[in-house]
Amino acid sequence: MDILQIVGLGLAATFLALVLKEKNQVFALVVSVAASVFILLMLIDQIQLVMNMLKSMAKNAHLNNVYVATIIKIIGIAYISEFGAQIAKDAGQGSMAGKIELAGKIIILVMAIPILTAIVETIMNLMPQMGGG
Amino acid sequence: MSLDVNTIFQIAGIGIIVAMIQTVLKQMGKEDWAQWVTLIGFIVILYMAATLIDDLFEKIRQVFLNM
Repeated sequence: MDILQIVGLGLAATFLALVLKEKNQVFALVVSVAASVFILLMLIDQIQLVMNMLKSMAKNAHLNNVYVATIIKIIGIAYISEFGAQIAKDAGQGSMAGKIELAGKIIILVMAIPILTAIVETIMNLMPQMGGG
Repeated sequence: MSLDVNTIFQIAGIGIIVAMIQTVLKQMGKEDWAQWVTLIGFIVILYMAATLIDDLFEKIRQVFLNM
């Protein structure tokens, strides 16, 4: 039972962080960071299964491989930036969390440029008076 | 699982022990020593957490960047 392990680990880390918080704030933060990293490490095998399923479905549908790779990278960037932003927010640095989220959004936008271009080109080709013209 | 849960409890244990040592040293009147102990403990803990985070990033790179 994976979920029981994860919930138990999270609760134990929460109580340890609470005990440490009144002694030393930084140590409590490091404990919570380590626990969250560990939970993500336990989850990444499942994420890998989902990603493999997505890849095989895209392969069966004969999708362009570049687009699927871009989408999967975007999902990874979203996970990582959310993780960093939540840690920064936990430490009380709300503005740093905002900057991390902003960086994630902008990098996602930049990586989506080829897909956006492809969409615009497809729409242009659909319109006969503009694309054919 | 390549690494085990013990790291979290090690970090928490080091934190509690460092806090205890700090209290004792402060009561003995050696404030500068207490500061050094806190710094060293923090560096050790940060190294352990950084190893964990490095592991996570490597795994994520392997999952999401490996088409």
